[in-house]
Amino acid sequence: MRSLIDIKELTTQEIDELIVVAKDIIANPAKYSEKCKGKKLATLFYEASTRTRLSFEAAMYELGGNVLGFASSDNSSASKGESVADTVRVCSGYADIIAMRHPKEGAPLVASMHSLVPIINAGDGGHNHPTQTLTDLLTINREKGRFDNLVVGLCGDLKFGRTVHSLIGAMARYNNIKFVLISPDELKVPSYIKQELDKSNIEYVETRSLEEAIPELDILYMTRVQRERFFNEEDYLRLKDTYILNMSKLSKAKDDLSILHPLPRVNEISVEIDNDPRACYFEQALNGKYIRMALIMKLLGVE
Amino acid sequence: MILNTITNGVVLDHIQAGGAMEIYKALNLDKLECQVAIIKNADSVKMGKKDILKICEPIDINLDVLGYLAPGVTVSIIEDGTVVKRKHIEPPEKIVGIIKCTNPRCITSIEQELPNIFKLTDRENLVYRCIYCESKCKKQGDIK
Ligand SMILES: [Zn+2]
Repeated sequence: MRSLIDIKELTTQEIDELIVVAKDIIANPAKYSEKCKGKKLATLFYEASTRTRLSFEAAMYELGGNVLGFASSDNSSASKGESVADTVRVCSGYADIIAMRHPKEGAPLVASMHSLVPIINAGDGGHNHPTQTLTDLLTINREKGRFDNLVVGLCGDLKFGRTVHSLIGAMARYNNIKFVLISPDELKVPSYIKQELDKSNIEYVETRSLEEAIPELDILYMTRVQRERFFNEEDYLRLKDTYILNMSKLSKAKDDLSILHPLPRVNEISVEIDNDPRACYFEQALNGKYIRMALIMKLLGVE
Repeated sequence: MILNTITNGVVLDHIQAGGAMEIYKALNLDKLECQVAIIKNADSVKMGKKDILKICEPIDINLDVLGYLAPGVTVSIIEDGTVVKRKHIEPPEKIVGIIKCTNPRCITSIEQELPNIFKLTDRENLVYRCIYCESKCKKQGDIK
């Protein structure tokens, strides 16, 4: 029995296999509609995340399985002070696989130590969110048909954005990747990530200007710059527009740029871009369901 | 300085100069009834200056605590005036229940009964990380 707590637990070969299955699901959905018949997914969400939870639930239903669980800790055993270990010991008797979201870092790992069934980490605080990274990887692969020889731009909050950190870690394993890290000084990528890139001889540049960086990019991964990350309002107001993607900035980009965003978006991508063929963020959300279907099958050992 | 040699006991040698007191406290040597000598700033060919701890009783040393605090220390067990065992202490791969994770977002901050487990993730720089949240432990000062 195997869980997925951290994306680093998957080899590139296993990721490739998941992507092959996800693409086959997209091409032949009917073939998969009864793959998990009679199986149950428990969604244990100690913190509300409607988007992620619905994606997991839709994934299980499309595999012919069933779903049970809770959507926030308000009404659950957690609010009565039960430990993660105890909740999971009980729930793993009711379900064949568990997707857990928790505000505290490491809670899904604790769950995996006590569960009788596989645990999928559906986000633990600002720490790991492996199915988001798998979603990003499937999107890049579907858009580009490959993982190597790409210039990958990441823009916005690169300091606190965990999806950014995991994506850098995952993409750094492929050949000839160059990262362009676009952020204000206050929100630069943490130094330990840069040290890892240095150690592996992976090319990267840091810049404050999205406008200057955009022409060379193959992928642009946008994230939200949040007001609460700044010490004062002035800095936030001064900087926020610099990191908004609009038509004028996009006009300088390659024709085959792929724009990704983990969603929800606030204003960092203008709505005028939504209909541009380079916008991939809504397809990305859909890809999340397909890669979760592939992952559920893998962890349940369904062929 | 002249010190009686030990007949039965334990000697911790090659402690970084200035480090003896911390080890003294972490190993609870203050609770011992027997004689304990703390030697500060002894001359050392290898280290320039070093500290030494001499404990005049055959006690069990928690090698994980010692290896975490002071890798490189030599532990000598002395019986009837001769060294019967000498061990060079390496940093442990895993430390359980010795240091506490200080990350307020860590699951251990709300579930106190969970064992505090840290893994050595960078041997060169002696970095230990919490297995749950992967935070670096702040070296020293947070011994439980
Ligand atoms: Zn921790």
